[in-house]
Amino acid sequence: MIEITNLHKSFGDQVVLDGVNFDVMEGETVALLGPSGTGKSVLLKHINGLIRPDLGRVMVDGLEVARLHRKELASLRTRVGYVFQNGALFDSMNVFENIRIGIVDGDHYTDADYCTKRVARCLDLVNLVQETSMKLPAELSGGMRKRVGIARAIAGEPKYLLYDEPTSGLDPVNADIIDGLVTRLAEELGVTSVTVTHDVRGAFKVADRIALLAGGKVVLEGTKEEFMESTHPKVKAFLERDFENSSFAA
Amino acid sequence: MTMTPTPAALTFPHAIGAWVLHALAAIGRVSRLVAEFVRGLVEWRIWLPRTIDEAWNVGVGSLFIILLVSGFAGAVTALQAGYQFTGSIPLYVVGSLVVESIILELGPVLTALVLAGRIGARYAAELGTMRVTEQIDALESLGRSPASHLLVPRILACMVMIPVLTVMADLIGVASGWYFAMQVLPITNSDFTYGARAFWRDFDAYYSVIKAFSFAVSIAVISTYMGFSTQQGAEGVGKATTTAVVASSVLILLLDTLLARVLLHG
Repeated sequence: MIEITNLHKSFGDQVVLDGVNFDVMEGETVALLGPSGTGKSVLLKHINGLIRPDLGRVMVDGLEVARLHRKELASLRTRVGYVFQNGALFDSMNVFENIRIGIVDGDHYTDADYCTKRVARCLDLVNLVQETSMKLPAELSGGMRKRVGIARAIAGEPKYLLYDEPTSGLDPVNADIIDGLVTRLAEELGVTSVTVTHDVRGAFKVADRIALLAGGKVVLEGTKEEFMESTHPKVKAFLERDFENSSFAA
Repeated sequence: MTMTPTPAALTFPHAIGAWVLHALAAIGRVSRLVAEFVRGLVEWRIWLPRTIDEAWNVGVGSLFIILLVSGFAGAVTALQAGYQFTGSIPLYVVGSLVVESIILELGPVLTALVLAGRIGARYAAELGTMRVTEQIDALESLGRSPASHLLVPRILACMVMIPVLTVMADLIGVASGWYFAMQVLPITNSDFTYGARAFWRDFDAYYSVIKAFSFAVSIAVISTYMGFSTQQGAEGVGKATTTAVVASSVLILLLDTLLARVLLHG
């Protein structure tokens, strides 16, 4: 379970998160919605300790992330797969090596047979053909890069998957493929997922629960139905794409 | 009547204070990087193969330019010495001047300055790009240490290969100086050798390697630090790269002076 309590984060004078409270239950998929620049990615990076909070706490499986020692944090991160917005693939490595480095168990990582089978399985799971494994990231399309990023994140068999804008920059067809993939991985692997996105349609497709981040706070958290029926002005503005007349920044 | 401080009077101490804080923060961050390097040494299974690759890149990749530069430096030193040593200065001193100039100064310093451009710029640009494209965050998110994967191999490769390249530059520089002296100046092989031996101390060779090692650490630490601390996209990568080369070059010249003072006149 992920518990975020009274989370504050500022960069210089800019307040990004201003008291976020937000929980994710075991096995569910939560979509965190909000326009660009509202701190969704910043919030996600607090969950695996890439960013430390100014105030408040993030608990994962009962462990306070900011208080973990180096080895404990590394151990936690092996249970939390992170899919980066632009893939963040290692451009000096081919796809095989990129996915292999996601195998976080030391014994498995050095076992060549295990790695070959695991990489092949991950490529299958993200609907990529085996020939892709010898390509360099620069040779892949945007959608393929995202899928390789997902394959790397699941290679270590994580308990949690964090998706940072998994469909941004993709055409509708590829965005639908990625959304389908998020749903299928949650079902097949039984992972708990958090996906941050500004794509309402995609969020409704993949999520059990939706939260809207605005003004540095989660202004609404609920089911799709609750979200659609909400009379909260920020929710209505977001659904109507009325960003000019409604401030979402903290 | 009380005097109201002018904006300029307020600004100057403020600027000094800000500069001191900035410098202290940078020293703190570099110290932290060095601590990360030491911690990363534990994971030798990770850094060893990567260090061999990096050492190959630094050593073999830089060999041609280093030998070219040191070869020309040796030749020009011999020719200019021959041009100046007319009249009362015996020509055998050319042998001494070539050997001492190359081994004490030109070999290590020219090698380091060339490598500050070639390797320092490369490391800062590579790591800076990895930082702004979240590849370093990706490593951390996999529970892996950026130090053992990225930092240790680069720093160790420089620490090993730059002294090796410097020794090769010294040898080629001296050989080139000897060859051009033989071809152009009225000097015999035995004159050159006599001159070279007349002022030679074994410590000179150690001094050359000590300098090369110090320069190697400067290039590696500054360029990796600049790469790791890159911000703001392509502009940030460009800025980090330029700063890495300039700061490494300045530090090489400062260390050059400091080591001469401490080791030769201490």
